[in-house]
Amino acid sequence: MPMNRRTHLASLLALLSAPTISPAQTAPDWAATLAKARGQTVYFNAWAGDAQTNAFIAWAGAELQARHGVQVTHVRLKDTAEAVTRVIAEKAAGRTADGSIDLVWINGPNFLAMKQQGLLHGPVTPLLPNFQLVDTTVKRSNVIDFTTPVDGFAVPWKLAQIVFIYDSARIPNPADVPRSAEALLAWARKHPGRLTHPNPSNFLGATFLKQMLYELAPDLAAMQQPATDETFARTSAPLWAWYAQLRPLLWRGGRQFPDNGSAQRQLLNDGEIDITLSFNPAEAAVSAASGLLPPTVRSFGLRKGSIGNTSFVAIPFNAAHKEGALVLANFLLAPATQARAQDIAQMGSPNVLDLRRLGAADRALFDRLTPSAALPSAADLGPPQLEPHASWMTRVTAEWQRRTANP
Amino acid sequence: MSAALLRAAPALTVAAFGLPIAAGLLGTVLPAFGHMPAIGVDQWGLQAWQALFDHPGFATSLWLTLRIGLLATVLSVLLAVGLAGLLATRPAAARLGAWLAPVLATPHSALAIGLAFLIAPSGWLVRWVSPGLTGWALPPDATTVGHVSGLAVVACLLLKEVPYLVLMILGALNQVAAPAQLAAARALGHSAASAFLKVLLPQVWPQIRLPVFAVLAFSLSVVDVALVLGPGNPPTLAVLALRWFSAPDVQRYPQAAAAALLLLGLVAACLLAWHAADRLLARLGRRWIERGGRGGAVVPASALAAGAGLVLLALTALLLLALGLWSLAGAWRYPDALPSVWTLGNWQQQGASLAGPAANTALVALCATAVALVLTLACLENESAGGVPAKRRAGPTGNTGRTSNTGGQRSLWLLYLPLLVPQVAFLFGAQVLLVRARLDATYLAVVWTHLIFVLPYLYLSLADPWRAFDARYARTGASLGASRWRVFWRIKLPILLKPTLIACAVAFAVSVGQYLPTLFAGSGRIATLTTEAVTLASGADRRVTAVWALLQALLPLAAFVLATALHRWCFAGRRGMA
Amino acid sequence: MSDVNGGALQLQAVHITLAGRVLIDHLQATVAPGDCLTLMGPSGSGKSTLLAWLAGTLDPVFQASGQARIGADALTGLPPEQRGVGILFQDDLLFPHLSVGGNLAFALPAAVRPRAVRLAQIDAALAEAGLAGMAPRDPATLSGGQRARVALMRTLLARPRALLLDEPFNKLDAQLRQDFRRFVFDHARQRALPVLLVTHDDADAQAAGGQVITLGRP
Repeated sequence: MPMNRRTHLASLLALLSAPTISPAQTAPDWAATLAKARGQTVYFNAWAGDAQTNAFIAWAGAELQARHGVQVTHVRLKDTAEAVTRVIAEKAAGRTADGSIDLVWINGPNFLAMKQQGLLHGPVTPLLPNFQLVDTTVKRSNVIDFTTPVDGFAVPWKLAQIVFIYDSARIPNPADVPRSAEALLAWARKHPGRLTHPNPSNFLGATFLKQMLYELAPDLAAMQQPATDETFARTSAPLWAWYAQLRPLLWRGGRQFPDNGSAQRQLLNDGEIDITLSFNPAEAAVSAASGLLPPTVRSFGLRKGSIGNTSFVAIPFNAAHKEGALVLANFLLAPATQARAQDIAQMGSPNVLDLRRLGAADRALFDRLTPSAALPSAADLGPPQLEPHASWMTRVTAEWQRRTANP
Repeated sequence: MSAALLRAAPALTVAAFGLPIAAGLLGTVLPAFGHMPAIGVDQWGLQAWQALFDHPGFATSLWLTLRIGLLATVLSVLLAVGLAGLLATRPAAARLGAWLAPVLATPHSALAIGLAFLIAPSGWLVRWVSPGLTGWALPPDATTVGHVSGLAVVACLLLKEVPYLVLMILGALNQVAAPAQLAAARALGHSAASAFLKVLLPQVWPQIRLPVFAVLAFSLSVVDVALVLGPGNPPTLAVLALRWFSAPDVQRYPQAAAAALLLLGLVAACLLAWHAADRLLARLGRRWIERGGRGGAVVPASALAAGAGLVLLALTALLLLALGLWSLAGAWRYPDALPSVWTLGNWQQQGASLAGPAANTALVALCATAVALVLTLACLENESAGGVPAKRRAGPTGNTGRTSNTGGQRSLWLLYLPLLVPQVAFLFGAQVLLVRARLDATYLAVVWTHLIFVLPYLYLSLADPWRAFDARYARTGASLGASRWRVFWRIKLPILLKPTLIACAVAFAVSVGQYLPTLFAGSGRIATLTTEAVTLASGADRRVTAVWALLQALLPLAAFVLATALHRWCFAGRRGMA
Repeated sequence: MSDVNGGALQLQAVHITLAGRVLIDHLQATVAPGDCLTLMGPSGSGKSTLLAWLAGTLDPVFQASGQARIGADALTGLPPEQRGVGILFQDDLLFPHLSVGGNLAFALPAAVRPRAVRLAQIDAALAEAGLAGMAPRDPATLSGGQRARVALMRTLLARPRALLLDEPFNKLDAQLRQDFRRFVFDHARQRALPVLLVTHDDADAQAAGGQVITLGRP
């Protein structure tokens, strides 16, 4: 949607402003947005497989209703792609306004697809006062998604970083925990059938392969560029050699894979495997607290680092209640909201903010979070590695499917 | 009731679901051949099909789909015949028939989840004997759920298909003087099993042909069961299509559409093949009957089939119990045979978000059932009023022997269309249609989409009892001066109240279990118990999943109980109405 | 096609009650081969119940005791299909999905082989009944009298050792009734079968010419 001159000027002003200016002073349009949003109902489409996230969204809705008179309806999705399909269907039917989706929780490949197809409304981040507080330097995934600039078409919500989870009752000595690709292979040799990964047609499964690619690839820089047949063959050769050795040692002989991270977590709980992985560094702590995993679970990161990305919320091009969606997106960035989200009693997801930009009172919120032995330390995880160019994921998934199609 | 309105009923009925299906199919055919401007694909050709065939593991997917579909259908027919024979010839066992209805009320996805827990290597069956009898401190690394043979999927399909076919057979038997013929055959020296197979079954076979087709089509195109219990790599064709429809890479849509169309073609081909085999079987069967054998091998075979059928019923009871336990579990790890921590928290937590979806589910189901009932009754009344001459289906000698027909109107075949076309093949196109008509996310759209699937089942369940109605009652009423409308309302409907209420309960259950239609037509705005259950199941928390699965089953079960109770209350003390 | 099956039908101390009400009160009777015992009585007097008990298809709501024999073989305790007792009902109960010939073939014991011999026996039976050449016909296209005759031939083809007749002449008009009655008794006599006839028509009892027992004394 083309920006009009007023919004352009406003965003320029916002960009030129010094970082210490408090959010309430920027974008005079914001008051107008708030006024227009009052009384609207925002249909927030978000994956609903996690009770914790659902509760958080419900809380956010209550807050928004109380503060700004905006009602939030959580449209529960089994799969983010449902929302993408719906927007496409609406576009195919020629509905350019009054769309059924106002805000969608989206990440990675889904976001890319929507942006490339022109299905998103934006840029929106310049319109949000709280976007000032977002970390765009260290947490680069907030503005670059799979090497493609976000360009403000999506608002960061929470961080994700690959973390591995294991049951300390099964692996009592932390030194035995495998923290590299070679160590994983060695561990699998000693414990055949106790390791697996989600099916790479799922985002988490594909990211596992990408992570191992990072571990084994000779040339990391090449992966920030689009993959060619030549670079792909060269860079991924060590991965496939390693995987060929690993596959027979995997759970079910590498012929069957859990559908997604949740299914794999259930396998860990059922005692069928010993190690699982997740995008949420607090997954172990949150799951142990809610009884989804035994209380003896612990987290660890790979020594060389783990891939991280950002989950966004985005507004479809034809959203009916854009102002309400903006208000919600802005609220999600508020320090109090981000601190609450990070607490493992709620969602446990890492915040997207630059804590140095916060006032002392806001910063203190992040010090009072619930501790847990199952949380990985910051030193344990290390800074997140950026996602490779999207073409690498597509190719890795396709190649994996080709190699494993015929058991 | 004006005759003109009645005459319009069949056309109206067909239009009610024919249009969405046709539109939906169009919305799938076009992308499959390269036309989908919404994602920038506008090049007619077979690229999508090429991509489909080139996909690694495509052939495996195809064989897997065929294997599951045919095996499930053949086994369910065999077991249903065995079990129905048992129930029809042994009056003591007839009480078992009352347990079939609750099984039908449970949605497929709930059964799949329960079965997955039951048979998994870390599942309940293993936990009962481990580590005591087996010495397995850790679950064995064997494959049951997701086995490449697809047998887990077949088992789950059998759980519901066998009771369904048994009920169809028993219902059809009611229209044939079964006990008398059975006595006559046994007096001629035939064993009960032989009498059932050679005398009763051939007479009811024409009436269960279409239900068997529905079973075949469903087994080939089932999605939720295959997702839970089927192999994932490569999966069945239906799951493949769904995966591509849901892929973040929207360029996969044409491929998904091609897969969905291929599935449709597969279903059509299998139906034709089954039809041909059926004909052959009829001819061979006649020879076998006329050979006069008194049933040497038949007796143990039917006993085996009946036994297997009973095992299925026991399995269903077991897995429902497992779901119940999970819903009350705080923590339940291997190898505990029972939860280690019990809690009511699961129900309490989910109870908060229960009201909305439950209300939606009931509302949509009631509306869809009501509309379907009106249309069905109108069609059936039109038929008996002589609007369309009743067609006789040709039996082996050219006559079914019944004075009322089993063929009915030609539109009966069309009515089956929603059951024969894979849902995934036309729902996306239907969604586009709804969006264009600005009807999406409305209750009207959801009810209409549900109606498409509810109508066939309601018609199927109601048609035979309705047609078997003794016409002399109506004639007597007319001779006593009652108008057509009065005869219908005061004589026919009350006498046929029980089958009508049961048919409504079946229709209600069908509506409650719909997932994809609610999703597509409701644009996610209208949450039902099933959409919530499937969505929450993706979080793989068995406790939450169990609560919603049981809730999903509770509503249709309540409908069945209500139907029976209502009838009993209406006609308490009338033994002839029992 | 006469066949001596041998053995009289003996009923010993047959006692059938329903919820305390006595239907058959310690009945004792013997029917010699070729003879006919007629049971008469008003509706509800237990005539058909006795036949059901003999055939082995008595509804479990009844309480029955007593012994039945054909010759030296006891019937009580055997499942219906092993008793060798043929029944003719009021309704002909020809199986609608089979042709006339198919109905007869169904009854013909499997031991009769090969197919040509079976077909020959079926044709012979039809000829005997005056229905030559009707084997391929659909039972529904036959008249009431023709169907009744086919029903009898079907029962006889199964080589029964006794014949039970449950008011089989009721649905026929007066002339047909006479003809069919004679037809049945002729064949029964020819095969030396003990016959038990249930009826409420005196003319039937007279035509049967055997002992008459009246049931249903209140």
